[in-house]
Amino acid sequence: MTRATLLVLADGRFPAGGHAHSGGAEAAVRAGRITGAAGLEDFCRGRLHTAGLVSAALAAAGAAGLDPAGLDAAADARTPSPALRTTARKLGRQLLRAARATWPSPELDALAARFPKGAHQPVVLGTVARVAGLGPHDAAHCAAYEAVSGPATAVVRLLGLDPFEATAVLARLAPELDRVADRAVEAARHAAREGTEALPAASAPLLEISAEAHAAWPVRLFAS
Amino acid sequence: MTAGVRARARIVARPDGRGGTALPVLDGEGPLAPRRTRGTGGEANVLLVGAMSGPLGGDHFSVEAEVLPGARLRAGSAAATLALPGQGKDGARYDVRLSVADDAELRWLPEPLISAYGSDLTVTTEAEVGAAGRLVLREEQVLGRVGEEPGRLASRLRVRIAGRHVLDQELVCGPGAPGGWDGPAGLGGHRAVGQLLVVRPEFATAPVAPRALGESAAVLPLAGPALLVSAVAPDARRLRATLDEALALLGAAAPVT
Repeated sequence: MTRATLLVLADGRFPAGGHAHSGGAEAAVRAGRITGAAGLEDFCRGRLHTAGLVSAALAAAGAAGLDPAGLDAAADARTPSPALRTTARKLGRQLLRAARATWPSPELDALAARFPKGAHQPVVLGTVARVAGLGPHDAAHCAAYEAVSGPATAVVRLLGLDPFEATAVLARLAPELDRVADRAVEAARHAAREGTEALPAASAPLLEISAEAHAAWPVRLFAS
Repeated sequence: MTAGVRARARIVARPDGRGGTALPVLDGEGPLAPRRTRGTGGEANVLLVGAMSGPLGGDHFSVEAEVLPGARLRAGSAAATLALPGQGKDGARYDVRLSVADDAELRWLPEPLISAYGSDLTVTTEAEVGAAGRLVLREEQVLGRVGEEPGRLASRLRVRIAGRHVLDQELVCGPGAPGGWDGPAGLGGHRAVGQLLVVRPEFATAPVAPRALGESAAVLPLAGPALLVSAVAPDARRLRATLDEALALLGAAAPVT
């Protein structure tokens, strides 16, 4: 693999549709729970250690070659909100479409055939990373970074937050991102031996609860 | 330094052959004492008494309930469970294993778990439900007594229906929990958090629609014949009101407490 391949996959401009999603930040802004950089940081940190950790572990396990169907079922069990399950599958479908054009391979074609409605995005991300020649650690870093970069970009638009401040939030989270990726890879190793039950299941109550209300808003800036 | 208390309670429910439910096993030890109380209809009623005295750091409690085909059991607790600090550095553990067979029903409705300052408790609840089994499970966690900061509380809830995982959730709160647990993605400053899980075979053909219950609770149909009501609230009283309201909305008899 090349280090630049990781940059291609992790780039926010990779055409996989992620820019249309705020990762729950839009609902948190509307409810007054995020009003500035400090709130954004607290939100991102909470998301990183819950949904981010789970996504990173699923991605790492996918990159390590664990069965995508088992990982997809594990993702379902860890995502009680139907709105978030729908979003995860939609993002998975979009990522797979972009990845099949970028790194054509029979493995990605097979994944698309197996999940016509889309697999959870982190599961797709793991398989894509593997096909692109990346490893579990790379996949975990990608997933963990996406868990915080999406909300940070969204809050710049939602609140008119200074983009420098939003980027500084991401930079401050970098050491924690590394630790989450390490934990995710370790969990994926356990899952390879013991089954998907060994994957983390950390949850963030307000992310799940507010996703349903947000999905029902008639007008919103972000899809999730 | 003394080792913590190991205590185990076990309940088995089976049909009594006269349209009711018998409890051939109703065992407890130490601070865990299950008592049979007056039931209604064919449902047996069990109350866990004395949970108030712990668990302290180092303690390990486990409760198992098995509901055999055709039996109906309701289980509650006489008082809230208070997690308190122990003398040693070890945390406490509380494991709950529930098994509901086909054509069996369990309503597991304990009082809240309160995490006192300085405590460190890991709760694991595993429920296994047969394809045609029915379960209502309530979990309420209160972070700190009135005006008190909470201890560390880690709680994992896993539910399998017909051998398939439909829910696996972990919540970690309090000192030592990963950052942001109380922030805008986690609890947002709320001091009570709860879940109500409802498993019914008819959800497979007639799923319930997801819906928000105000800003702080939602009805979440799971990927299987089950739904989860997830809620946060400022305190235990308002949390219970939200969960009761959700149960009423679902057409289930509200639990009598």
